[in-house]
Amino acid sequence: MTTQRHDFNAAPFLLEELPWTPRFSLRVRPANRAALAQALGLTLPERIGQRATTGEAEALCLGPDEWLILTTEAQRDALAAAGAGAYAAIPHSLVEISDREITLRLSGPQALTALTAGCLRDVEAIATGTAARTLFDTATVVLWRDGADSFRMDVWRSFLPHVRAILDKITVELKTGL
Amino acid sequence: MLLIHCPYCDETLPEAEFAYAGEAHISRPADPMALSDEEWRDFLFIRTNARGPHYERWRHIHGCGRFFNALRDTVSDRFLTTYKAGEERPAEAKLEAAE
Repeated sequence: MTTQRHDFNAAPFLLEELPWTPRFSLRVRPANRAALAQALGLTLPERIGQRATTGEAEALCLGPDEWLILTTEAQRDALAAAGAGAYAAIPHSLVEISDREITLRLSGPQALTALTAGCLRDVEAIATGTAARTLFDTATVVLWRDGADSFRMDVWRSFLPHVRAILDKITVELKTGL
Repeated sequence: MLLIHCPYCDETLPEAEFAYAGEAHISRPADPMALSDEEWRDFLFIRTNARGPHYERWRHIHGCGRFFNALRDTVSDRFLTTYKAGEERPAEAKLEAAE
């Protein structure tokens, strides 16, 4: 008789929905980056994928002229006002997109394995402390790597049921050891 | 799946993040009213349909969002090079000799 021992791992990775935070999309010409960073009181990284933290605000460079800014509720109005004040001298677009995305946090030893099931990009090659806009299955997401086993994924709210359904399926597969 | 080097991100990434955007280095005539119907048709519809190295536009739509140009061999599907939009087209002969 064959006895098979199943090591049913209670949770191969932890999936949490993070609380709502204000976020902004910033577009500005690369030549005006430094001047605008000063006006907004932020650090805007120059290289795509790099991120910088100033106080509680976090800025991520998504493209040559595009940044994503995460901030706190207390600083939201101040940031918008700083942008409006600098607009005449430094043309840019600072748009609040807080309602567009929901952030998931994936952590645990198998978080990386779970992400590789949906992402075509080499997730392991994303350096800790950077982030990238990429695809998860067919949904565009921003994937932040906070640690070797800790990721954040910003998903557009309309794509969230689809992304969660895939992650639930992956959880079952990882639990059964497939 | 093809791997494409994005000149803006400076990374080689899967094809699914990119979108094809037609032949490159076609500029809109400065004064369309001065063109004959045949010239306007050629601008709109007539393409080289190259067999071999082909200059074409791609967009890194699920990444940095930028359009860039690539030189791809339409027979082997190999990307000979990619370069930023607005840059001069690199010489084919030089690239093929470098391989």
